[in-house]
Amino acid sequence: MAGAEGDDSLYPIAVLIDELRNEDVQLRLNSIKKLSTIALALGVERTRTELLPFLTDTIYDEDEVLLALAEQLGSFTVLVGGPEFVHCLLPPLESLATVEETVVRDKAVESLRKISQEHSPVDLEVHFVPLVKRLASGDWFTSRTSACGLFGVCYPRVSIMTHTFESTLITAVMHFRTLCSDDTPMVRRAASSKLGEFAKVLELDYVKSDIIPLFTALASDEQDSVRLLAVEAGVSIAALLPQEDLEDLVMPTLRQAAEDKSWRVRYMVADKFSELQKAVGPEITKNDLVPAFQNLLKDCEAEVRTAAANKVKVFCESLPEDSRETIIMTHILPCVKELVSDTNQHVKSALASVIMGLSTILGKDNTVEHLLPLFLVQLKDEYPEVRLNIISNLDCVNEVIGIRQLSQSLLPAIVELAEDAKWRVRLAIIEYMPLLAGQLGVEFFDEKLNSLCMAWLIDHVYAIREAATCNLMKLVEKFGAEWAQNTIVPKVLGMANDSNYLHRMTTLFCINALSEVCGQEITTKHMLPVVLKMSTDQVANVRFNVARCLQKIGPVLDSSALQAEVKPVLEKLATDQDMDVKYFALEAISGMYLFNLPTYIFSETFSFSSILFFFFSFSLSP
Amino acid sequence: METPTKLPPSSPSSPTTGFSVPSAEKVDGFPRRSMRRARQRRSHSSSQFRYQSSQVELTPLPLLKDAPVAELHDLFCKKLQQCCVLFDFLDCVADLKGKEIKRAALNELVESVATSRGVLIEPLYPEAIKMISVNIFRTLPPSENPEFDPEEDEPALEASWPHLQLVYEFFLRFLESPDFQPSLAKRYVDQKFVLQLLELFDSEDPREREYLKTILHRVYGKLLGLRAYIRKQINNIFLRFIYETERFNGVAELLEILGSIINGFALPLKSEHKQFLVRVLIPLHTAKSLSIFHAQLAYCVVQFMEKDATVTEHIIRGLLRYWPKTCTQKEVMFLGEIEEILDVIEPSQFIRVQEPLFKQIAACISSPHFQVAERALYFWNNEYILSLIEENCQVILPLVFGTLYRVSKEHWNQTIISLIYNVLKTFMEMNSKLFDDLTSSYKLLLHNNVDLITK
Repeated sequence: MAGAEGDDSLYPIAVLIDELRNEDVQLRLNSIKKLSTIALALGVERTRTELLPFLTDTIYDEDEVLLALAEQLGSFTVLVGGPEFVHCLLPPLESLATVEETVVRDKAVESLRKISQEHSPVDLEVHFVPLVKRLASGDWFTSRTSACGLFGVCYPRVSIMTHTFESTLITAVMHFRTLCSDDTPMVRRAASSKLGEFAKVLELDYVKSDIIPLFTALASDEQDSVRLLAVEAGVSIAALLPQEDLEDLVMPTLRQAAEDKSWRVRYMVADKFSELQKAVGPEITKNDLVPAFQNLLKDCEAEVRTAAANKVKVFCESLPEDSRETIIMTHILPCVKELVSDTNQHVKSALASVIMGLSTILGKDNTVEHLLPLFLVQLKDEYPEVRLNIISNLDCVNEVIGIRQLSQSLLPAIVELAEDAKWRVRLAIIEYMPLLAGQLGVEFFDEKLNSLCMAWLIDHVYAIREAATCNLMKLVEKFGAEWAQNTIVPKVLGMANDSNYLHRMTTLFCINALSEVCGQEITTKHMLPVVLKMSTDQVANVRFNVARCLQKIGPVLDSSALQAEVKPVLEKLATDQDMDVKYFALEAISGMYLFNLPTYIFSETFSFSSILFFFFSFSLSP
Repeated sequence: METPTKLPPSSPSSPTTGFSVPSAEKVDGFPRRSMRRARQRRSHSSSQFRYQSSQVELTPLPLLKDAPVAELHDLFCKKLQQCCVLFDFLDCVADLKGKEIKRAALNELVESVATSRGVLIEPLYPEAIKMISVNIFRTLPPSENPEFDPEEDEPALEASWPHLQLVYEFFLRFLESPDFQPSLAKRYVDQKFVLQLLELFDSEDPREREYLKTILHRVYGKLLGLRAYIRKQINNIFLRFIYETERFNGVAELLEILGSIINGFALPLKSEHKQFLVRVLIPLHTAKSLSIFHAQLAYCVVQFMEKDATVTEHIIRGLLRYWPKTCTQKEVMFLGEIEEILDVIEPSQFIRVQEPLFKQIAACISSPHFQVAERALYFWNNEYILSLIEENCQVILPLVFGTLYRVSKEHWNQTIISLIYNVLKTFMEMNSKLFDDLTSSYKLLLHNNVDLITK
């Protein structure tokens, strides 16, 4: 008995080991992903003593398998017996943290960070801190890179143990310092990107005495890839320091970064500008950041200007209120004006996506006087994306000055975008139609835009026709059923007689979308006859879309119309010679049965074999 | 003592010219015009950063060849200083006079360094290196095309090339001059200088990379103190390329230099070099853009094997580990490299790797992509490989037999089928007894399987 039981309990691990050694990567991967099940089967004791050593030894696999393993181990605490034993997960994760492949390493570090929270302060000091030290002084750059990400998580909790805290901390800072001046740029990059996080867990005195020199050194590294990461660290550090220390400790370095000779560093400054602004407070913003921002907006590299242009609105919004308007009018706006006619489309497009937001900050008069001309210029820009970005943000202006001010220029811009050669541009403008229609009003719409909306219905790209259909629905939601009946329904139904079957199908798709918003009356009176008439179309695709359409509009119709008109047509379609038509007709019949015709399926006109056919095809369809 | 051998001949003084003229507009409905226009405009502003200081008006100096000997060095120095002025080449009509003066001066300097003896005296070294640094060291502009594909797209050419080329030419002549004294140069061509030089290899302009390649090779050859540093920095560039960015334009050029460096490695190989092979060169095979530098990479790998046969197993197992799973184009490259390796493999090493290797080759033969299958089957046309296979027929034939037999019945491509028949025929001639045994056991297996299915 005992023997049999032993064999039984060995079985899962035997399977695992077997699969872990399988030649097929997929099988190995699957078995790793089932690791928690296997650990559960083994119990905590044997997971600790057998499974984990085994896993630690097999770390020579494909990166994909290792990645899965690294991820699994992060949530293994319960499976090894809870926080008390969590430290036995450290050896396999330590090996994984030295792997070359970055994704594996990062995942191992992520898991280590996760389980570090589950260590007790004592275990942290006894097991985790030595691991960080080992990694930090590893031979190959990979382990040192991984170590950088662990300082920030393990030291705050060690600090609870006051008797060793000082010495632990001092060695930690020492190790981090070594990593910051590592030989390989890879490690310096990692240190640079984790410096801010590490600074956050240290006491202010340490930040001032130890972190600032590291920051200054990294920010003037010989490699720009290191310098640019220091920018973010600078922002975090600035947020920690009291106002009076900022000027001396971080501003010189940050100023230097904003004028770095490498555009990548300047780009980073531009990209982090809002965070920086928040971290340094209003005074430094006024004195330092405003000129720096102006320079970034005028930078010689388009990449930097783009990043800065993206920040224009947020930067202006967060300026101190007392001087906001003056600063914008005298310092920022002149730069913005230049950017409007920038030579690079990405710059203009970035600006166009935020410039409208300035109107709420500047108020009505300034908007009309200063911003409106800029909007108008951008609305006429040669690049569709720029125009599109303006149009997509019209709602901000609408609140301040009303969109009418723009309508003269808006219309040509919309028309041009509506007919753009790239279908993605057309698609984008369609999506703004309901918004525009709401803001411009029904009259303007009928006069100027309605024909555009109808033209999209016969676009040669399906995605456009589809979006146009959806657009009609949203317009009807805005303008009401009566408007629909007078303006768009006749045109849509007219297309049912078009010689192109794609256009005839569009009619059906429109009806699908419109029936619910138009209501029962219009649907029954105007749409249904057209749909029914199309059931004799010579193209099978049209016929089966009739079936689908009938199913779709069924809930809107009353039961007498369903019985008297829809039912016979669907039954006829269910005997169609085309297989797909039959299929969809039967599906429609059963669909309606689910809705409101509980006895329908048993009616005598309906043959049993076609029900069978339906069930058969249903079970085949995915 | 390590000595770098000569680089494969490719004269940097006449670099490839095929790139300068943009090819005709593509007719695929997506004209490149807008992009190129953006490029011209963008570059218009992009060099302002470098251009700031150049408000100086240049005045022509007397010709070097007319100068009395006593004033020659002084004039040379003045010309070097004159050449430190930078010009805006993106505005092609700006300061034409100044540009012409600088061009003429550079030409004279090149000529003088190349032809006359005794020009390079000690005080000129710092001036010359300063002139070179000022001109060539710059932050490379952002790539205009974020998805720049070196195989498909036109590279962005350096606008200031008319001057830059002459500066590079001068640098090269300077290094190659018989008067060049490494002991003097090493004070100015230091680690920082070399690091900046290496960063320039990321230039999109192939003409520039060609010059850099030759120059770095000369620097490596002449300044012995910098060798270890150069190798280490190249390592860092590669590691970053492999594991961080996957972008670096000069991988092929750096590998070409390394190819000749490896050739000069002393035996036995230092562990540093073996580590470079295992941790850098082999993982380089995983790069997406492998096709651009594969020839140079394979050359380096084979160089290592020829130096020291004991690394063979590392190499083959490494390649098998990184074998492409979905990219057939890369698979063909890997097979090509394996053949190059097998061409020079020692029989004793072959035995150590034959099993995993031929399992992979069998997998390639059964690839539905006929180019992969074809490339693998070509191995049997290689006499040396064939002799290795013959010696180890007992091991190899059972590994590949099932695949060959099955694919010969199933493959859609006629060429593959006839190639397989040839291979089967070769095996039959090699060891007919084994062949017959395998055939009958395979048929039995097949029969049993069919039985299983029908039952």
